[in-house]
Amino acid sequence: MLPALEITAIYKSYGQLPVLQDVSLEIQPGEFFALLGPNGAGKTTLISIIAGLTLATSGSVHVMGYNVVTHYQNARLNLGVVPQELVFDPFFTVREILLIQSGYYGIKQNTRWIDEILARLDLADKADANMRSLSGGMKRRVLVAQALVHKPPVIILDEPTAGVDVELRQTLWEFIKQLNRDGHTIVLTTHYLEEAETLCNRVAMLKQGRIIALDTTQNLIKKIPHGHTVQLRLQPDVLPHELKHLQVGCRDGTIELRLESYQQIEWVLASLRTARIEVQEFRLQQPDLEDVFVSLMKGDRSALQ
Amino acid sequence: MTAFLTLFHKELLRFWKVGFQTILAPMVSTLLYLLIFLHVLDAHKEVYPGIPYTIFLIPGLVMMAVIQNAFANASSSMIQSKISGNIVFILLSPLTYQQIFYAYVLASIVRGLLVGLGVYLVTLIFFDIPLHLPLWAILFVVLGSAILGALGLIAGIWADKFDQLAAFQNFIILPLSFLSGVFYTIHALPTGWQYLSHLNPFFYMIDGFRYGYFGVSDISPYVSLVIVAICLLGISIVAIRLLKMGYKLRH
Repeated sequence: MLPALEITAIYKSYGQLPVLQDVSLEIQPGEFFALLGPNGAGKTTLISIIAGLTLATSGSVHVMGYNVVTHYQNARLNLGVVPQELVFDPFFTVREILLIQSGYYGIKQNTRWIDEILARLDLADKADANMRSLSGGMKRRVLVAQALVHKPPVIILDEPTAGVDVELRQTLWEFIKQLNRDGHTIVLTTHYLEEAETLCNRVAMLKQGRIIALDTTQNLIKKIPHGHTVQLRLQPDVLPHELKHLQVGCRDGTIELRLESYQQIEWVLASLRTARIEVQEFRLQQPDLEDVFVSLMKGDRSALQ
Repeated sequence: MTAFLTLFHKELLRFWKVGFQTILAPMVSTLLYLLIFLHVLDAHKEVYPGIPYTIFLIPGLVMMAVIQNAFANASSSMIQSKISGNIVFILLSPLTYQQIFYAYVLASIVRGLLVGLGVYLVTLIFFDIPLHLPLWAILFVVLGSAILGALGLIAGIWADKFDQLAAFQNFIILPLSFLSGVFYTIHALPTGWQYLSHLNPFFYMIDGFRYGYFGVSDISPYVSLVIVAICLLGISIVAIRLLKMGYKLRH
């Protein structure tokens, strides 16, 4: 099957400064994909190259099989992009903006779909309001609506939830999930890693313009060694000798142990029972995408091999 | 075609929604020019046989209004979109660079013509202005506004800030339009200035436009037509190339 998005050996530099170095990536139709990385890692530049807003120094990008430079019209018809910057046209109302945007994609009659998008994004009562009068979160949702007017098979969202409150974030993700179930390929960048973890099946992490991890979310988390942390409150407050090497911390009477695997839990509890130490509190912390992110950004790449 | 028509329509709406500022205000200032010149200058002196200064002045002022507003339309629309960032919606869309060019230029022509027509209609109330060869007048006013629309597009793409655009307007467009024979016939000028006037492309637009009214002009309207057409072609090629390259639009 043709990839929804095919990024091949993209290099981009501004003068002497390299921003993207040998970035290659394939995203299949129907995927829910996250592009993660710290500020300045090159996420937005990569999105701009996919969208045709920036020209790569070398390499190529295809959207649904169309080269974004040589066949830009077809590529852009297949792509919807929600830009990170909160931009808007102050001359028009929300509905006018969406009708104009539909027109750019060659769609003359789009009222039904526009009404649906407005309803799904909780903007229906703002349809005839001027863009200037909207709050930041509403403007952000209009940006999402604008990216969707032509029902693009591939949707890219560059930090769509920045500045959007919790409730609306949920509404937005429900809508995006629905679009994904309907077959749209979703690519997003976000600083909320838990969002990426719950929503996305695959993740690429960028650091200083290079992809340093590319895998399914579950695989990335699994690869974190010493990932499980157990917090214990004990009576008496001492740790049997054989467990001492697992201890990584002790704060306010809570002992923290780091385990290599789930299997160790049983052994830890057995040791405590044998030493007649009572467990008063037990908390298990599993590794999440944030741990992966932090360990990767610290340069601990070998940890994930 | 829908994409192009949408952008064209959007560009029309953009100035129409603020028509007070984009159409009415320039009409008023042009009519003020007329009022002032009529009082200061000898209105009865004939410029061409049978054509008093007032009547001579009116087509010049109409054309000047057309030129300045056609330029203002494309340039201000482009720079506003660039600075506010909403140009991204056009750049993300499948609009071709030719479609973008034609939509901006056509909208500028429409605004230029609306202001020009407004000024002309108001002056008709007070003066009896001949219009011997209307097709020539229409030809020059359309070509002239197209040139300025394309030039405005180039200036809007080039300028990063409003003051750069203002400099373009004040140091290039304004002097070229004032020194193009709006207020006088170049035969009234010393030879050196006459020669310089011939280097000014705006001179041919205005002289050709005037020919449409009076059937007389400083130089042959055919020569003016060729020069104006070449200017339009040249400036359009530059504007389309800039859009194709994505100069200052796509990094």
